[in-house]
Amino acid sequence: MIGFYTLFYKEMLRFWKVAFQTVLAPIITALLYLLIFSHVLSRHVQAYPGVPYIAFLVPGLVMMSMLQNAFANSSSSLIQSKITGNIVFVLLAPLSYLIFFSSYLLASIVRGLVVGLGVFLGTLAFYPNILILHPLWITAFAFLASGVLGALGVIAGMWAEKFDQLAAFQNFIIMPLTFLSGVFYSIHTLPPFWIQVSRFNPVFYMIDGFRYGFFGVSDVSPDVSLIVVLSSFLALSVICLILLKRGYRLRH
Amino acid sequence: MSIPAINIQRLHKNFGGVQALQDVSLAVGQGEFFALLGSNGAGKTTLISILAGLTRADSGKAEIMGHDVVENYQMARQLLGVVPQELAYDPFFTVRETLRMQSGYFGLRRNDDWIDEILHNLGLQGKAEMNMRTLSGGMKRRVLVAQALVHKPPVIILDEPTAGVDVELRLSLWNFVRQLNKQGHTIMLTTHYLEEAEALCNRVAMLKQGRLVALDSTANLLRNASELILQITIKSGVLTGELAARAVRQAENDYTIAMKSPMDLEPILAQLRMGGVKLENISLSQPDLEDVFVQIMGRA
Repeated sequence: MIGFYTLFYKEMLRFWKVAFQTVLAPIITALLYLLIFSHVLSRHVQAYPGVPYIAFLVPGLVMMSMLQNAFANSSSSLIQSKITGNIVFVLLAPLSYLIFFSSYLLASIVRGLVVGLGVFLGTLAFYPNILILHPLWITAFAFLASGVLGALGVIAGMWAEKFDQLAAFQNFIIMPLTFLSGVFYSIHTLPPFWIQVSRFNPVFYMIDGFRYGFFGVSDVSPDVSLIVVLSSFLALSVICLILLKRGYRLRH
Repeated sequence: MSIPAINIQRLHKNFGGVQALQDVSLAVGQGEFFALLGSNGAGKTTLISILAGLTRADSGKAEIMGHDVVENYQMARQLLGVVPQELAYDPFFTVRETLRMQSGYFGLRRNDDWIDEILHNLGLQGKAEMNMRTLSGGMKRRVLVAQALVHKPPVIILDEPTAGVDVELRLSLWNFVRQLNKQGHTIMLTTHYLEEAEALCNRVAMLKQGRLVALDSTANLLRNASELILQITIKSGVLTGELAARAVRQAENDYTIAMKSPMDLEPILAQLRMGGVKLENISLSQPDLEDVFVQIMGRA
């Protein structure tokens, strides 16, 4: 347990020491999105009946920030450690694969939650009357979705050998998945083809289930969303553990 | 008979068609001070990486204190401290934070007494609260050594720990490592400074192109070396004939001549007299480990 606690603490300290860049910057970015999109689109879009567009945006932006930062935490930590060579200190230690994975994962979840909470508190300045109908659903989706992206970050961090490769992973996989998942719209406003495409995007279920926790309304049943997100989390965790056991791109 | 501190049997490792290790077997007893020598690319770091679990062997077996480095990797790593060759550090942390974290990875909490002792022995006590990125290269190298020692491992591997560091660090490092060896720690060392290996190590292994080409005590290797070295400085005259072919010019008038035995000295002097060569200086020396290394590498 001391090994787990230490690696987790190190990962926490790593992002906390540069909190301006890792916590404050994404909060400000999300609030800028809220400010601009709500101002431009509030009179043109109504996603759910009775829910103002600015309120609809809040859970989407909170979730998007959590996802991007959970991914960034594990992936950037691993790629930096690999490129600077200091990953060797973790690899030389008698830490099991499970401890390695769970430390990086939990730190990613914490960063996701800290940024998400920061974004949420920031949005209260713009829209203080947000509904919170099902806090347990909110909590469950926040943890699991951060976990999914944290695990994906571990895989990307192991796979990438250059910052370029990680940026490609982020720009061509993570960004499209998050932007095309219903952060800024309900998928029911899309043409039928794109509704079907959206249903293959696991991030859609994370945002839809999370939004259900606020308004009690969603595009698909929150039970379905929970099953999809939980399955994604378990599948990615198993893949991570297999790769770590093989020493994929860490041990040669 | 006690379990070897390091036991390597028939290790093979291939990197994309290049044989980094070919059928290497050796054992290092507990408490030994052991040198692993070889030119660049001979396979030393690959061998160390396999012992440390950073690299997987294609075949063969490696054990630390009887624990297989793959099957029982946690126990093997707990008993091993490695000073890597690359100067790696985490720029986010201070020296003390770095050492506390390294202790934690090895399951140790409240390790500050030992950390302070290591810092003192490596001349780092004034740097404990400084960020790693502000340290000089030599100081970072000291921290690498400290990191390998935080968990008091019975087996310590130092992969070229004195590469590019000043004399002061070398002396303090070797004093500290000698002290650890006297306390019973097994030390495996790779270095390109062969005089260090000769002064410190009681046994030596030499690798060439991934193959083990020598494994013996330092004393035996020196004793079995076939050549004595005659050094001469010429005052006037020129070396001619067979002597000119044998002599190796070291400086303008300085030459070395390899001899099989002291009996060869008189014929050489006779040839010098006959050629009218006058000497300014002459000395005869036993071969050192560097000479042995050159001989073995040339033969193998």
